[in-house]
Amino acid sequence: MSAVSGNLASGGAKTPVKAPVAKSSLWRQSIRRLMRNKLAVSGFVTVVFMILLCFIGPLFSPYSGNHNNLAMMNKPPSAQHWLGTDKLGRDILTRVMLAGRISLTVGFASMVLSVFIGSLLGAIAGYYRGVVDQIIMRIADLLLTIPSLPLLFIAGAMLSAWKVPTDYRMYIVMLMLSVVGWPGLARLVRGEMLSLREREYMQATIVLGLRDRRKLFHHLLPNITPLLIVIATLNIGGSILMESVLSFFGLGVIQPTPTWGNMIDAANNLIDFQERPWLWVPPGLCIFITVIAINIFGDGLRDVLDPKHKR
Amino acid sequence: MASHLLDIEHLSTYFYTEEGTVKAVDDVSLQVRKGETVCIVGESGCGKSITAMSVMGLIQGPSGKVVSGKIDLEGTDLLKLNRNERRVIRGKEIGMIFQEPMSSLNPVLTIGQQIMEPLIEHLRMSKKEARKRAIELIEQVGISRAEQIANSYPHELSGGMLQRIMIAIAISCEPKLLIADEPTTALDVTIQAQILDILRNFREETGMSILLITHDLGVVAEMADYVIVMYSGKVVEEGEVTELFANPRHPYTQGLLKAKPILNQRQDELYSIPGQVPNPLDLTESCYFHDRCEHCLEICKVQAPELQELGTEQKVACWLYEKEATARV
Amino acid sequence: MSEPLLEVNHLKKYFPIKAGLLNRTVGHVRAVDDISIAIQPGETFGLVGESGSGKSTVGKSIVRLTEKTAGDIIFKGQDLYTLSPQEMRKIRPQLQLIFQDPYGSLNPRVRVGDAIGEALIDHGLVPAGEVRERVEEVLASCGLSSYHIDRFPHEFSGGQRQRIGIARALVLNPDLIIADEPVSALDVSIQAQIINLFRHLQETRGLTYLFISHDLSVVEHLCTRIGVMYLGTMMETAPRDELFKNPLHPYTKALLSAVPIPIPKLKRDRIVLKGDIPSPANPPSGCKFHTRCPFAVERCKSEVPEFRHMGSEHYVACHLV
Repeated sequence: MSAVSGNLASGGAKTPVKAPVAKSSLWRQSIRRLMRNKLAVSGFVTVVFMILLCFIGPLFSPYSGNHNNLAMMNKPPSAQHWLGTDKLGRDILTRVMLAGRISLTVGFASMVLSVFIGSLLGAIAGYYRGVVDQIIMRIADLLLTIPSLPLLFIAGAMLSAWKVPTDYRMYIVMLMLSVVGWPGLARLVRGEMLSLREREYMQATIVLGLRDRRKLFHHLLPNITPLLIVIATLNIGGSILMESVLSFFGLGVIQPTPTWGNMIDAANNLIDFQERPWLWVPPGLCIFITVIAINIFGDGLRDVLDPKHKR
Repeated sequence: MASHLLDIEHLSTYFYTEEGTVKAVDDVSLQVRKGETVCIVGESGCGKSITAMSVMGLIQGPSGKVVSGKIDLEGTDLLKLNRNERRVIRGKEIGMIFQEPMSSLNPVLTIGQQIMEPLIEHLRMSKKEARKRAIELIEQVGISRAEQIANSYPHELSGGMLQRIMIAIAISCEPKLLIADEPTTALDVTIQAQILDILRNFREETGMSILLITHDLGVVAEMADYVIVMYSGKVVEEGEVTELFANPRHPYTQGLLKAKPILNQRQDELYSIPGQVPNPLDLTESCYFHDRCEHCLEICKVQAPELQELGTEQKVACWLYEKEATARV
Repeated sequence: MSEPLLEVNHLKKYFPIKAGLLNRTVGHVRAVDDISIAIQPGETFGLVGESGSGKSTVGKSIVRLTEKTAGDIIFKGQDLYTLSPQEMRKIRPQLQLIFQDPYGSLNPRVRVGDAIGEALIDHGLVPAGEVRERVEEVLASCGLSSYHIDRFPHEFSGGQRQRIGIARALVLNPDLIIADEPVSALDVSIQAQIINLFRHLQETRGLTYLFISHDLSVVEHLCTRIGVMYLGTMMETAPRDELFKNPLHPYTKALLSAVPIPIPKLKRDRIVLKGDIPSPANPPSGCKFHTRCPFAVERCKSEVPEFRHMGSEHYVACHLV
């Protein structure tokens, strides 16, 4: 609508206006628009709630995650154990919260890693083009052609075969997830770089004779950041899911370190599945709520930040 | 008074945006007589295109709405019709051409198929008849090799060629009214001259009326019988074309005419209207042109002038002519 | 006559057309096909043509936004295409380009003040402390206020943005400004403001312009000498008054007669050209205009007309003159 994109600042050559209208950057505008999207805000609030629950909750719990209590095996929810206990008598609520720490950390960390690798390589490929571009993108293509789930399963099985200590497995899983995550990202960033290069304002930076550093950091980067934020957010949800799948099959982070994925493993046992839903429903719900909340928030972000998806 | 083909009364179309309500068309009345070419002229954002789209029933969705008024086409109020009746009128009684011919044609259908569609749909022609008529139409808009063109796809043709095809589609059902929204803005001048020629010839042959929307006063002078000048969603002046160009009354019309560089009439300094079009979101009760107007009076800042008849064929909405107009009454 | 500020000699720019699996070059779009222009200091040279005439490509090739295929560009006695990237960057402030699209040519995430001032900093043209002062000065001379400095482009209208684009070029104190359709995206009332601004800046700063436009009436108002392009070739060049009073090339005549004049019921001799502009990928043989020329003879189809001097600085490429 051309009628709507009117000027905020009226006043031209000969008629200076009295007071400047409140100046606003695109960022502030975006945040204002995001705040108006109730669904996205509720998604954000839910994610923050889950993070607080997982990282602060255990401090208030009278139980520790790995304290066995054989007297209290497989007890249903009660006043002492709000979500019941597992087969070793450990408190489920505490373990769900501790598991959340691992799952969220793995999801977040692998996102940071894959966004870092992906955007760096994508930006290099898109900015310099030529041979560098060819090499990076062919590697990315290669990784994209290998189905990621079987690849991760094989890697997970190898970890088990080599008897990697459980503490290290968490970090290795992060690494694995970022290795499969970066190629898609690199492609997006490269595409964005290529289209930005062609914009008239980038041509203007050439005509003005600006330095490469300024072109990159003042002109290209600020225009790519919104896209990065959106993909990064949506990527966290994906990483959490991936980690859960791996851990569910015992190929990611393994017991006794709890994660939401390996806790659902209880559902593999027919008796537990039928008789003791408190063992696997809470971690399942946590995955479900967290991932949905992140995706809703991510979609909201995309609506305000990524102009190509604007309605 | 000759009979009106199209009679728009007090039409208002609003858009509801995050920042507020935009009165894109604000209480606009206009008439198109049979066989007449009426031009709506104005700058971007003045509501000229939205007026045309309101007539065609193309204002849809939650953000935009025709809030009040009457659009009367030969006794039928278009705004009271249901979607289906509207659709029939749209192809058959009113034809439309847009600024971007490329985006108004379907890229996966051949030119011939697209001209045949309305013929089969509205005139109930058989495929064979429609095909024959389509070829005739292509020839009528001045394209040789009609057979070959009918079998080609939109991307194979140039902008000027596509605009001619759009005209062929628009006139295929011999509409009574042709609405042309900036039909030559995207085209080169030599091609524009061709398109305007075609439109003029058609009007003479078929006696249809044309509602032409444009920002180019040169095009207006060449095509129009009657001119309507819009500014910020309102009609500020209207009149018969020679009278309006020779004797513009509204300061905005005067400015617009003086600001346009004219071939072979070079001036050292062009006249320019200071400032710019007001933001449609914060319009207050006033003449919307007052802060750019050389003759601004106190009353202009607080009250909007009504459109008043000045001569037999001229109306203006400006406080400067208040006395003159009341004297006539 | 003095040394020209800019000389374009036999400039050619061909864009390859790639096709097939192996991405082989199957042909060339001859966007610019042997164009020569000389621009004297202080003059405004208007380059006129329809879409596909290659007029914008001429402008872009001069500032090396696109690399030429052949010919040379001599700016202040230096061949721009022999310069290293470093040397080219240093010379850029002296020759600036103003873009057509006031919306696309400003980075939405860069404040107006930064957009104008950053080139000053990068080229070290003024001490860091004085940048803001210089930006305010140039904003004022372009009809904007100093409080606009911290705003973002989206807060401005099209006309104001074009002023910002002009200020951005002007702050570097260029000798030559190439303006690529700078007013064609603007409304009439705003267009007049910008045309006046161009003229005013030239008077106060002694600028030289290469003004590229499709609009003959705008060019007539601003330019001292005019070149008419068609399909990558120069058809006619002449001083303004000479060209408008005595156009020699049939294409120029047709172009002039096609411009709508805002005077109703005006009787004019019209040359309405038939057909479309041919594709520059496959231009007609001989005189490129012969397919649409109402006066074409056999000779026009086979023989390329020479660009001849007809007296009083009037050059034309037509067999029939």
